[in-house]
Amino acid sequence: MMKNKQRGMSRRQFLATTGGATFFIGGYCLLPGCTTDSGAEAKEVLKKEVNVWVKLASDNQVIIYTPAAEMGQGSMTSVPLILAEEMDADWSKVKILSSPVEAETYGVGWYPGGNKNMTTAGSRTIRSYYQLMRETGAQIRASLLQNAAEKWQVSVEELTTKPGFVIHEASDSSMSFGEIAEFGNFESLPDMAGVKLKDPKDFKLVGKVLPRYDIPSKTNGSATYGMDVHLPGMLYGFISRSPVHGAKPELTNEEEIKNMDGVVSIVTLDHGVGVVCQSVEAGLKAKRQMKINWGESLMQSHNSEEDMNAYTTDGASETKHEGDVAGALKNVAKVHEAIFTNKYVYHAQMEPLNAVVSVAADKQSAEVWIGSQAPDGAKSAVAQTLGIDENKITVNQLFLGGGFGRRTLPGYAAECAALAKSVDKPVKLIWKREDDVSYGAFRPQVKHFFKAGLDKDGKIISWDHTAVGPGGGLSNGGASVAHYDIPNVRFMRKDVDHGIRTKHWRAVGHGPHKYAVETFIDQLARANNKDPYLYRLEMMQSNERVRKVLERAAEMSNWDPTPKDGRAMGIAFADRDSFSCGVAEISLNRDTGVIRVHKYWCAVDAGVIVQPDNAVAQVEGAVNMGISSTLKEQIDVKDGKVVQSNFHDYPILRMSEAPESIEVALIDSDESPEGIGEAGLPAVGGAIASAFAALTGKHLYDMPFTPDKVLAVLNS
Amino acid sequence: MKTSFELNGKNVSVDTPEDATLLWTLRERLKLTGTKFGCGIAACGACTVHLDGTAVRSCSMPMAAVAGKQVTTIEGLSENNDHPLQVAFQDEQVPQCGYCQSGQIMQAATLLTSNSSPSREEIVSHMNGNLCRCGTYNRIIKAITKAAEEGQS
Ligand code: FES
Ligand code: FES
Repeated sequence: MMKNKQRGMSRRQFLATTGGATFFIGGYCLLPGCTTDSGAEAKEVLKKEVNVWVKLASDNQVIIYTPAAEMGQGSMTSVPLILAEEMDADWSKVKILSSPVEAETYGVGWYPGGNKNMTTAGSRTIRSYYQLMRETGAQIRASLLQNAAEKWQVSVEELTTKPGFVIHEASDSSMSFGEIAEFGNFESLPDMAGVKLKDPKDFKLVGKVLPRYDIPSKTNGSATYGMDVHLPGMLYGFISRSPVHGAKPELTNEEEIKNMDGVVSIVTLDHGVGVVCQSVEAGLKAKRQMKINWGESLMQSHNSEEDMNAYTTDGASETKHEGDVAGALKNVAKVHEAIFTNKYVYHAQMEPLNAVVSVAADKQSAEVWIGSQAPDGAKSAVAQTLGIDENKITVNQLFLGGGFGRRTLPGYAAECAALAKSVDKPVKLIWKREDDVSYGAFRPQVKHFFKAGLDKDGKIISWDHTAVGPGGGLSNGGASVAHYDIPNVRFMRKDVDHGIRTKHWRAVGHGPHKYAVETFIDQLARANNKDPYLYRLEMMQSNERVRKVLERAAEMSNWDPTPKDGRAMGIAFADRDSFSCGVAEISLNRDTGVIRVHKYWCAVDAGVIVQPDNAVAQVEGAVNMGISSTLKEQIDVKDGKVVQSNFHDYPILRMSEAPESIEVALIDSDESPEGIGEAGLPAVGGAIASAFAALTGKHLYDMPFTPDKVLAVLNS
Repeated sequence: MKTSFELNGKNVSVDTPEDATLLWTLRERLKLTGTKFGCGIAACGACTVHLDGTAVRSCSMPMAAVAGKQVTTIEGLSENNDHPLQVAFQDEQVPQCGYCQSGQIMQAATLLTSNSSPSREEIVSHMNGNLCRCGTYNRIIKAITKAAEEGQS
């Protein structure tokens, strides 16, 4: 049967030499007071590798390596927590380190047979690691029992554990995990076939309210992000990137730039020109002074608004068809049609992109410090840029100041490698916020064409949805009504290439699609004089699990479809692997067009919840980010250039705009865990649009619902 | 250009280019990286520090304006991460990615020095320039309220 023991991680693999200095990896220090796992401090305290995930120290410390990027979603705590649960570790003795970036060892395949990867995205971490961490923890526990049994000369059956100890009840003896570390043999761990997992009823850590491991370091400035890395002699890199994506640069004042104070090197890339300088100030100045002629590119003819207006369904192809949509339409009582649009959206993660790369003097190896959602991807990109083998690259994963999908792209690591290669010192590449916006990779704009056929009672018999826009598969996610009982369903898709970069953005296609799908369903309910909550519930008769989510949201919000005192409630449902239902209570300033969300309720069924308080926090955050993207955020493209540049013209939600309360209910569940980082987001747009319709009798067809658009709708 | 000032209770003197800001001086020369770069145009609050006790955006503070003044950064707010706000932010499990949180705490600290029991509205209006992309606003408000209450008792 399965043997979990993965060996072959030699000490040498934890070392990388760059520029004459030796850095230790295998857990770059992210946290205060944490020493890197260099072995230098291990004089008295013995640390024994149990397997690639765990080291046991004779002082009872348990070191657990976490494979996931920590970008705010909390999996730095929850993945090790699952392992510690099954291992019966004393959580107060656990120290968490970032695992080495070795996808074969620490990665998981997303699909059976899929390549192992270390990408942290799509709310997949807990789903992907839950079983593996349980088994690994249980296997380690079994090994601890076995070692203790041999020591005590008793049978394993007589032993049990309590957190941090193996217990022999018959003789009233106990042995700490640290003691076992001193003599234990972990060369071959017990076969999984004989290892039992805990009954979830006995969980002591999973499902309990425990503080997150990373939080103390995030209240005193000691948490280390990519941006915070300092290396001796480090230089600073800045890049002027093509204002129109795809345009190639020609620097026309190279001599002038070269002669500027503090400029060390100039590097021309495919998509921009980089400078490496002695200081941030010199870099910023050189970047400002560069004069670049840009070539032609496909994107230069892209005008987001005009192009979207011109989208049609002509040439769309079918991605799904159940029943017979065209046939069903012949026999329905009424047909409704509507078109919804959503604009490009920018990630706006709080920490602009950055990386540090140090290339060895012989250019044959390199070390990278980065906060990346795909550190293995960053490793490949750096290897490719330097033209050397991947196993010559060491990547140190740091905290991410937000990711939301943007940090899965490895481009910033490759850029930094290209700059670092041109000098003999380490380079810190810094993106200005303006770079981050204008060279962003956006959630795609989509135009949704709907046609629904209803019977005389208003029940949906036929559903036809065509989505048009750039972004390929990114725009498909969430285009689904799978949890409604609709017999005839068709989805069509037309991809448009504007030359613009698009990228996963928290909840991917579900943000825009659930807004459109749910708002259309809401319209159908209202057009047939039905309560939009009950209307949905009636269509969920065959699915108890989702129905419960809806019922819970209605119950906790005291659902009332009738507006009162200038406020109205709206509702929407979303499936993003997890199920969620959001209820928004809004008011509207009819003079300014400003929509205010006063209260928000969200019920979520995400299966087993590992860290309940963090799950609630994730939903709160996702709701706020959902409100932000629903009411405020829009990227415009004019003649291929991104119009917005920083927070003054790309405003995101402020504290005064957050709801006065966000109430979250997590449905109790034994189902396998789904994601929680995105779950709260997709229903927000539909819930707000639904509330607006209740309040005004009018519909919002274009997201975001900025005041100008709201006023136009009110006056229509 | 040499600038002398008091940083977290100690006198420092630092050599910078003329156009250097306090933000990059703190981060890259003095290696105090708790103060974050978010926007560079005083539009996000991630870089908030105290200048003579007032919350300012260090990204937009030229070094010349710092000469002879007292600067406090998140690293100097308390010895042991135990300022009432730091405790409350931990208790309420506020930070997510954490990148905005030094700025949030530094901004909030100046509210509590002038107003020991701020109302929700007062908190919101004082904090409204500090963005949090992770959406931790509701917990920030709770934590500030709690820290104020702790200070009262
Ligand atoms: S970095 Fe100073 S306010 Fe944003
Ligand atoms: S915690 Fe991430 S930006 Fe505030």
